[in-house]
Amino acid sequence: MAEMPRVLILSGGISHERDISLKSGRKVADGLLSHGVSVELRDPDGSLIEYLGESSPEVIWPVLHGASGEDGALRALLEMLNIPYVGSTADASRIAWNKPVAKSLAERAGVASPPSITLSRDAFRELGAESVLETVTTSLGIPLIVKPAQGGSAQGVSWVDSSEDLRKAMVHAFTYSDIALIEKRIVGVEVCVPIIDTGDGPRAIPAVEIEPLSGHYDFEARYTAGATRFYTPPRLEQATLDSLSALALDAFTALGLRDLARVDFIVDNEGKPWFLEASTMPGLTETSSTALALDAAGYDVGGVYGALVEAALARP
Amino acid sequence: MMSSGSGISLDPWFDNYADRAAGLSASEVRALFAVASRPEVVSLAGGMPFVAALPFDKVRSSVDSVLASQGPTALQYGSGQGLPSLREKIRTIMAEEGIRAGVDDIVVTTGSQQGLDLVAKLFVNPGDAILAESPSYVGAMGVFRSYQARVEHIEMDEHGMIPAALTQRIEELRAAQVPIKFLYLIPNFQNPAGVTLSASRRVEILDIAKDNGILIVEDNPYGLLWFDSPPPQALRSVDDAGVIYLGSFSKTFAPGLRVGWVVAPHGIREKLVLASEAAILSPSSFAQMVLAEYFESHDWKGQIDTFRGVYRERRDAMSDALATYLPDIAHTNPAGGFYLWLTLPEGLDSKEMLPRAITELVAYTPGTAFFANGEGQRHLRLAFCYPEPDFITEGIRRLARVITEERELVETFGPATSEVPLAANLESPPPEVT
Repeated sequence: MAEMPRVLILSGGISHERDISLKSGRKVADGLLSHGVSVELRDPDGSLIEYLGESSPEVIWPVLHGASGEDGALRALLEMLNIPYVGSTADASRIAWNKPVAKSLAERAGVASPPSITLSRDAFRELGAESVLETVTTSLGIPLIVKPAQGGSAQGVSWVDSSEDLRKAMVHAFTYSDIALIEKRIVGVEVCVPIIDTGDGPRAIPAVEIEPLSGHYDFEARYTAGATRFYTPPRLEQATLDSLSALALDAFTALGLRDLARVDFIVDNEGKPWFLEASTMPGLTETSSTALALDAAGYDVGGVYGALVEAALARP
Repeated sequence: MMSSGSGISLDPWFDNYADRAAGLSASEVRALFAVASRPEVVSLAGGMPFVAALPFDKVRSSVDSVLASQGPTALQYGSGQGLPSLREKIRTIMAEEGIRAGVDDIVVTTGSQQGLDLVAKLFVNPGDAILAESPSYVGAMGVFRSYQARVEHIEMDEHGMIPAALTQRIEELRAAQVPIKFLYLIPNFQNPAGVTLSASRRVEILDIAKDNGILIVEDNPYGLLWFDSPPPQALRSVDDAGVIYLGSFSKTFAPGLRVGWVVAPHGIREKLVLASEAAILSPSSFAQMVLAEYFESHDWKGQIDTFRGVYRERRDAMSDALATYLPDIAHTNPAGGFYLWLTLPEGLDSKEMLPRAITELVAYTPGTAFFANGEGQRHLRLAFCYPEPDFITEGIRRLARVITEERELVETFGPATSEVPLAANLESPPPEVT
């Protein structure tokens, strides 16, 4: 085996998902260490750029969720500094980070996404909440799901079952972001499809079905071990599973992603998959579906992480 | 990981947990506090004592002395009741607040939090009522919930718990045949409200408890940290038969040693020792010896004076900043301790507002953490104990911006009340958050 590189893992940061990022970072470090890779964990702060100049890490893995980690900002700086890193480019991250933009691009590529509307806080102030929400519910119906336009881990997300709950859901989303996505809630089976590309082209990892015991895959269901049941393979027709893999790859390509991503779908009762979002740095904690999918598909997780590092290094 | 026809569960024992573990789950609110440890964030959330004000050279000399002269004993198991020489010091400390107790009346615990846990363990059956202030200490709420107690919050004002409200609630519970096991009080510079129970109300509440045969648990970690004048006499100093007293070195010295104590009537004390031995065998011999040595050899009263000065300056900084940046927001004016309790304008919800505060790099603890019943949305706790005064001012300036933004949101959409949590202590920062 060639001499393994030294990897600087960035995790933490000051986004709302700091806690998850710290956990993901430690799991990635464990995986790489088990593969014989030398790692260093660092919380990005005001000293980071100076540190990068002094220490010259061979490759960086920004295991950062949420703002600055997934919005492309940090990755753009790494590109300026000519430091190889694991994960999608700054441009692609910026696109995928914005859920409404990602939905539009996926739809253009033929990947259906639930009908939705994106509204800023200012739009409500200007046009009046009552009339706007009435228009939204008339058009999209109930149930709905309301999300901050940017963000992960289901933070700020509400499942709306009545028009009375919608105002509260808007307030919840707007405490995380000034733009909210109101989406028609498709009732069906929630599925995620991790995609990895270790240099030989993107490939879809067999999908995982997610069944939160509470009915909603919210923060608690995501990060409380045992609060969600996972099915590998999902309890779906083989044709649907094949379709999911293909659609996930289509979305991955349409968004210009690379290395590693997780594409989330909901499959309706007729078996039609609907694209929800794509994460350019999916959670890699002990309860995260991506790590579970890799494991269930028979991959050596540390080996995959090591291959991703090597692919980043080999990039021209 | 377990896979079966019913899918993969990442915790195969998920269905085996006891009822008391309900609600011990990941929390979106608690996860936000991870950001509070970053230096960019002004954290007014956690109640970490400012231990940097300790004389570390003297602490070090106490540690060295213990290891040099009593090393093998310090690193050995000790008495379940605690080191007699430390209990002697505790007696001296309590005398500062008018409490008379014998060395054998004292049980040393791993922080007063363990004392609270032991008391609840001894007395509470599922469904029993515990009476507490409204709001009350989040750590106590967590303990009481774990014993499946029914916490009944009793209204309080700027003079502490309202005796008439206490009487009324006792009557209601008695009529409903709900057993009341004890009244939990933090009489001095209360956590979280920062108010102090007045002298006259202490007498009234003691009388009510006595008349109704209700034990009082007096939790007093902040009593010596007064700013201008000492608080009224401890309840335990008046009644040593009906009051269990919880004391702590965490605020007057350092929480890292994890040493507290319980003073209880004889019968209860005997059971406390046995229960403590069952739980932890014995409190840390090393920590007790270091404390005993420090309190024997150094000017601990002078050190408490130093702490008073530090916290007074920070309380002043917070009060001044609130007057400048949030002049129309109601809050308490603590005369000691660590905390100030703030009431938000109608329609605002402190838990809902927290993500915005984190975005603005300021942290606080939502009021819901201090109620067992999900109330407290309009309130938040601000801790002035840890950040430097300039940071406190900046934190309040940021908080003012957050409140303005949130007011605009509520004007647009109307009030939005957050959901009642199963476990309120998951809505407070973990102990290590600054």
